[in-house]
Amino acid sequence: MDFYFSQFLTGLAGAASLFLVASGLSIIFGVTRIVNFAHGAFYMAGAYIAWSLTERLEGAVGFWGGLVIAAIAVAALGALVEIVLLRRIYHAPELFQLLATFGVTLVFQDLAVMIWGPEDLVGRRAPGLRGAVDVFGQAIPAYDLFLIVLGPTVLGLLWLLFHKTRFGVLVRAATQDRDMVAALGVNQKWLFTAVFALGVFLAALGGALQLPRGGVNHAMDLQIIVEVFVVVVVGGLGSVPGAFVAALLVSELNAFGILVLPQVSLVLVFLVMAVVLVIRPFGLFGRPEGPARASVSATVRPWQPLGTSGRVLAVAAIAAAACLPLVAGNYILAVGSELLIFALFAASLQFIMSTGGLVSFGHAAYFGLGAYGAALVTKAFGLPMLGGIASGVALASIGAVVFGWFCVRLTGVYLAMLTLAFAQIAWSVAFQWTAVTGGDNGILGVWPDGWASRPGAFYWLCLTAAALGIAALRVVVFSPFGFAMRALRDSPLRSEAIGIDRKRTQWTAFVIAGAAAGLAGALFAYLKGSVFPDTLGIPTSVDGLVMVLLGGVETVSGAVIGAILFRALTIFLMSYTDASKLVLGLLIIVLVVAFPRGVVGTLSGLLARLGARPSATPAMAGSGQARGGTP
Amino acid sequence: MDTRRTILTGMALGAGMAALPALAQQGEIKIGEINSYSGLPAFTEPYRKGLQLAAEEVNAKGGVLGKKLVVITKDDAGKPADAVTAANELVSRDEVAMIAGAFFSNVGLALADYAKQKKIFYLAGEPLTDAMVWSSGNRYTFRLRPSNYMQAAMLAEEAAKLPAKKWATIAPNYEYGQSAVKVFKELLSKKRPDIEWVGEQWPPQGKIDAGPVVQAIAALKPDAILNVTFGPDLIKLVREGNTRGLFKGRSVVSFLTGEPEYMDPLKDETPEGWLVTGYPWNNVKTPEHEAFLKAYQAKFNDYPRLGSIVGYSLVNAAAAIIQKAGSTDTEKMIEAARGISFDTPFGKATFRAIDQQSTLGAFVGKTGVKDGKGVMVDPVYRDGADYLPSDDEVKKMRPQD
Amino acid sequence: MTPPLLQVEHLSKAYGGVHAVRDVSFSLEAGELLAMIGPNGAGKSTCFNMLNGQIWPDSGSVRIAGRDTAGLTPREVWRLGVGRTFQITATFPSMTVRENVQLALLSHEGRLWRLFGYAAADMRGEAERLCALVGMDRALDRPCAELAYGDLKRLELAVALANAPKLLLMDEPTAGMAPADRVAMMRVAAEIAAEQRIGILFTEHDMDVVFEHASRIIVLDRGRIIAAGSPAAIRDDPAVKATYLGEGLTFSAAEATHA
Repeated sequence: MDFYFSQFLTGLAGAASLFLVASGLSIIFGVTRIVNFAHGAFYMAGAYIAWSLTERLEGAVGFWGGLVIAAIAVAALGALVEIVLLRRIYHAPELFQLLATFGVTLVFQDLAVMIWGPEDLVGRRAPGLRGAVDVFGQAIPAYDLFLIVLGPTVLGLLWLLFHKTRFGVLVRAATQDRDMVAALGVNQKWLFTAVFALGVFLAALGGALQLPRGGVNHAMDLQIIVEVFVVVVVGGLGSVPGAFVAALLVSELNAFGILVLPQVSLVLVFLVMAVVLVIRPFGLFGRPEGPARASVSATVRPWQPLGTSGRVLAVAAIAAAACLPLVAGNYILAVGSELLIFALFAASLQFIMSTGGLVSFGHAAYFGLGAYGAALVTKAFGLPMLGGIASGVALASIGAVVFGWFCVRLTGVYLAMLTLAFAQIAWSVAFQWTAVTGGDNGILGVWPDGWASRPGAFYWLCLTAAALGIAALRVVVFSPFGFAMRALRDSPLRSEAIGIDRKRTQWTAFVIAGAAAGLAGALFAYLKGSVFPDTLGIPTSVDGLVMVLLGGVETVSGAVIGAILFRALTIFLMSYTDASKLVLGLLIIVLVVAFPRGVVGTLSGLLARLGARPSATPAMAGSGQARGGTP
Repeated sequence: MDTRRTILTGMALGAGMAALPALAQQGEIKIGEINSYSGLPAFTEPYRKGLQLAAEEVNAKGGVLGKKLVVITKDDAGKPADAVTAANELVSRDEVAMIAGAFFSNVGLALADYAKQKKIFYLAGEPLTDAMVWSSGNRYTFRLRPSNYMQAAMLAEEAAKLPAKKWATIAPNYEYGQSAVKVFKELLSKKRPDIEWVGEQWPPQGKIDAGPVVQAIAALKPDAILNVTFGPDLIKLVREGNTRGLFKGRSVVSFLTGEPEYMDPLKDETPEGWLVTGYPWNNVKTPEHEAFLKAYQAKFNDYPRLGSIVGYSLVNAAAAIIQKAGSTDTEKMIEAARGISFDTPFGKATFRAIDQQSTLGAFVGKTGVKDGKGVMVDPVYRDGADYLPSDDEVKKMRPQD
Repeated sequence: MTPPLLQVEHLSKAYGGVHAVRDVSFSLEAGELLAMIGPNGAGKSTCFNMLNGQIWPDSGSVRIAGRDTAGLTPREVWRLGVGRTFQITATFPSMTVRENVQLALLSHEGRLWRLFGYAAADMRGEAERLCALVGMDRALDRPCAELAYGDLKRLELAVALANAPKLLLMDEPTAGMAPADRVAMMRVAAEIAAEQRIGILFTEHDMDVVFEHASRIIVLDRGRIIAAGSPAAIRDDPAVKATYLGEGLTFSAAEATHA
C-alpha cells in the first residue's frame, strides 16, 4: 500500500512538469489558434539557459533566480519569434503554422548544439531539496514534493490571472471570440504577443525545472513535444484545467501501467489519446471548434484537369525521365528512384489534404506499413517482388481502413493529432515488437528480383508506379468522388444537406491515399533493401507535409514538384553539410512566410496573371496545371 | 567554448573531405565513411578525430600501396535509409575501395545488407548488435568494436562472483536493450544456476520516466540490478536512484557506463562501485596507448573518448587490409582481412576468420569519483578473443556463405 | 387519404433552460407556400434545423409524406426529397456555379461513388438548365467565392432543386438582395412550386415578399406559434401586431421601406 501511494506521488510529480509545458501550449492555442510545434524548442531553450545561469550564479538565490531568469529570457525570445514570424501567418491555414513552428524547432536544435556543444549536460540539484523525504517508509525526493505542490499552484495562479485581471478577462474573451476583442478596442496584436510570451514562459520554466531531475540535451524538445500535444489534445485544446487533468491522467497511468506491463510506456499516451478522442472528439474539457477556418485554404480558383498543352508537357516530362538510365550512373538512378517514390508519397498526402481537406500528421503510417508489408511477406513467404509490393499496398490499405475509421470522426487539429497518434502507435509496434518486425534492427534483405535489380530497371519500375499512381490520383480528383471530397472540404454543412455521406466519403479517401502511400513505401523497401521503424516516424510525416507545402497546397499535384525539389535538396544537404537541420528549418520558415502558395502555386499564379490580362476573364487558370499557361 | 571549436573543426574537416572527390587523383585510395554526424555529435566528433589522426599517421608513413589514403565522411542523420543513399553515392560516384562506419546498429545492419547485395567491402565500427556478425552476418562485413555479446560476457564473468541472488533489470525498450538483457541473463544463469530474476523495467529509449521506474525496481527488493540505459536516460536514472536510495546496498552491473562518452556528463554524481565496461583513457599505461594519447592530445588539445579509439583503429585496420590484399579488389580484401592482425591503441587485434568479428577488447572495472569526475577504478583490459562463443556455436548462428 | 407532405406535431427543443421551440405543430401540402415569420430569436432557424435533421427535437415528431424523420441525418432527409437553403449561405467556394449544381445532381443520381469519369462533364446540361431557371446562367463558370450574396442565394435554390424535391425549406431566401430581385426570386420559387407540385416552407423578414407569395403564414414568437392562417387573417391579428410593435416595426413601416 505504501508503495502504491509513493508511486502515486511520483506520478503526481511527473504530471506537474508535464502540466507546466502543456498549459502554455493550451493557452497559446486558445487565443492565437496556433498549434505551436516550437513549444518543445522553447522548453529546451529554457533548460539550456537555466543550466548556463545556474552554473554561474551562486547559492540558492542564484539557482532559483537562474531558473526564473531563464524562463523570462526565453519568453522574450518567444515574443520575438511571435512578432517576427507568427504575426505574418495568423490567418494562414493551421498546417502552415505547424510547419513554420516546426522549422523554428529545427533551427533551435542545431543552434543548441553549436552554442552548448553536443554533450549531455547535467543540471545542478536544487539547493535545499537535494535529499529525500520519508513518506510511509518510502523515500520520496524532496524535489518531487516541491513539484507536486507547484503544479496546482501554477494552476491556481493561472486561474487568478484569467479571472481577476483585465489581461486575463481579455484573454478569455479572445479564446471565445477573437474578433470580439478587436471590437472592444484592444490592441489585438500585443495581446497575442503577450499571450504567446506567457505560454513560452511556462514552457521554458517547465524546461528549467528539469535540471534537478537530470540533464539537458539537444533531443529533449522532440521528446516532450509529442507527449505535450497528447496532453493538450486529451484535455481539450485551449483548456488549462483540461491540460491539468490530462497531465495527471497520463502520468499516473504511466506510473501504474509499468508495474503491470513494463513495456507499455511508449504507446500508453497514444492509446489514451485515441480512446479519449473517440469518446470525446474535442478532448475532456474542449469545446467544439467553430467552423472558423479550413485546415487547408480553399483555393478560390476552381481546379481544371490538364489541357492539351499540359498533357503534352506531362508526357514529355515522363518521356524525358524515362531516358535517364541511358545517360546517368548508378547513384543518380538510385536518387532518381527515391525522388519518384517520394513524389508518389507526397501526391498521396496532397490528395487527402488538398482535395479532402484532411490534414494528416501521420501519413508516414501508410508509407511505413507499405514498406513493412512488403518486407514481412518477402521474408516470411519468399514472394517475388511484385507480390511483396501488392502485400505492402494491402497492409497500408488495411491500416488506413482501421485508422481512417476513427479519424473521420474528428475534424481539424484533433483529426491531425489523431493521425499522428496512430502513426506513433504503428511506429511503437514496429520499434518494440522485435520478434516480428526485428524492432530497431529492422528487416534486412528486401532486394528487388533479378529483372529489376539493376538500378536502371528499378528506376523504370519506380517511374511506372509513380506515373500510374499519380495519374490515378488525378483521375479520382476530377471524378464524381473527387467532387464529393472537395465538397466536404469546402462546406460540410452544405455537403450533408445535399446528401453526401461525410464519414464514408472521407474514410474511402483515407484508404485511397493510404494505398498510394503504401505503394510508395513498398518500393522504398526494395530500393533500400531493408526496412526500419523510422519509415513510420514523425520526421517522415513532416517531410511529406513540407513537400506538399513546397509544391503548393492549393494545387492539384504540386506536391510532385515539391517532393522532387525537397528530397533532392535534403540528399544534397546531407551529403555536403552537417548543419542540414538549420538550413532546412530556415527554408521552411521562408517558404511559409514568403511563398505560402508553394513553387507551383506561385508560378501558376504568375502565369495566370499574365494569361488573364488580355482576356480579362477572372482567374480561370487551372491551379498549377498547364492550362494556367494557356493564354 | 571548447566544444564549439571542435564542431567547427569537424565541419571543416567534413567539408574538406567531401570536396576532395572533385580533385580525385590516381594516387589515392578512398574509404567511404558513413556516420551520424548531425544526429550524435557527442559520439561522432571524437570518432572523426580518431579517423583523422590515423589517416594522417598512415599517410605520413607513405600511405597504402604507395598511395595516399583518403577518408570521405558522409552524414546519415541517424537513418538507415539515408545511410544507404550515402553508401550509393560513395560507391558509385566516389568509387571508394570500401565503406566503413556507422554508430547505430540499424544503420550498421542496413549497410551490411547493402554491402552483401552490392558485393562491397564493409568495415563496421561502432554498431554493437550481435546480428552484425552472426544471424545477419555476411562475408562482406567485418566489425571492429566488441559486440553486445562480448560486453555481456565480460560483465557476466564478474557478476557471477557477486553474492547477489535476486536480480532485476532496467533496459531501454528496443532491440539493443532487449538483446543485452537476454544475453546477460543467459550467460549469468549458466554460471550461476541459483540466480533468480525478479523483475524487469523497459523504459522507452530517450524518454525514461525515472521516478516510477526506480520506485518499481526498488519494490522488487533485488540484490543486484543490471542496467542497460545510457545517455540522458542514465543521468535521470542515476539521479532518481541516488535520491531514492535504490543503489544503496545493491550491486549494479551496467553496460558501457565506463565509456567517457557516458560517464563524463555524470561528473561528481557518477555512482560508485558499479561494475561497468568502458575506457579509462587516463589509466591505460601500455606503450601503444601512451603513444596514441600523446599524439591525440597534441593534435586536438582534448582527451580521447572511446569513439576516438574506434575511429583510429578503424583506419588502421582498413590500411592493413588493403596493404595485405595488395589491391582494392573486394574479394582480395576479404581474403586478406580474415585473420589479419592490426594495431590499435589497446594493442594488437585480429579479425576472426570464422565470423569476421575483431578481437578488440574492452576494459572492465568499477566506477568511482575522483576530483569531481567519474573514473574507472581498477580497470582490467579484457581481450575480446576470450569472450566469444565456441566455433560450433558461431557456425550454428551464422549463415554460411 | 394521403398524408400531408409535411406534418409537424408538438415539436419542442430547449437549450439549457431556454425553450427555443415549444410545442409547435403545423402541416404543409404539396404546391403550398407556407411562410414562417417572427422576430429574431423566435425559433425559426431552430425549427428549420429540426425539419432537415440538422438538430434533433427533444420531443414531438416531423413526418415527411407520412414518414417519421426521427433519428435521420440531413443526408437521409435529403434522400426523402427535401431541399434546403440556409440563412447564411453554404456553397462550395472553390467550385464554379455549374459545378455546385452538378454536385447536387450527381448526389441525387447516386453517382458520387464513381472514382472514374470526368465529373465536370457529367449532367452538365441539366445543371445549366437549373442555373438558367434561377437566373444564374450568366455566371456558370464563376467560382462561388467571387459571387455576390444575392447570387449565392439563387445558387442555393438551384442546388436545392437539383434534388427534384417534394419539399423545399428556404431559410430567408431573399436576404441580401435588392428589393426588385426579392420579388423575382420568390416568383421563380412560386412558379416552380406550382408547376412541380412542390411544397415550400420559408422564413422571411421582408413582409412584402411574405404577403405577396405566401398561401398561408404561421407566426412564431419565443418558440411558440402565436398565430396561423391566411395572409389577410395574419395582417389583422392583434397578437401579431403586438409582437411586431414590440420590435418597433409595423407592417406599414415595413411596406413603406420597400415601396
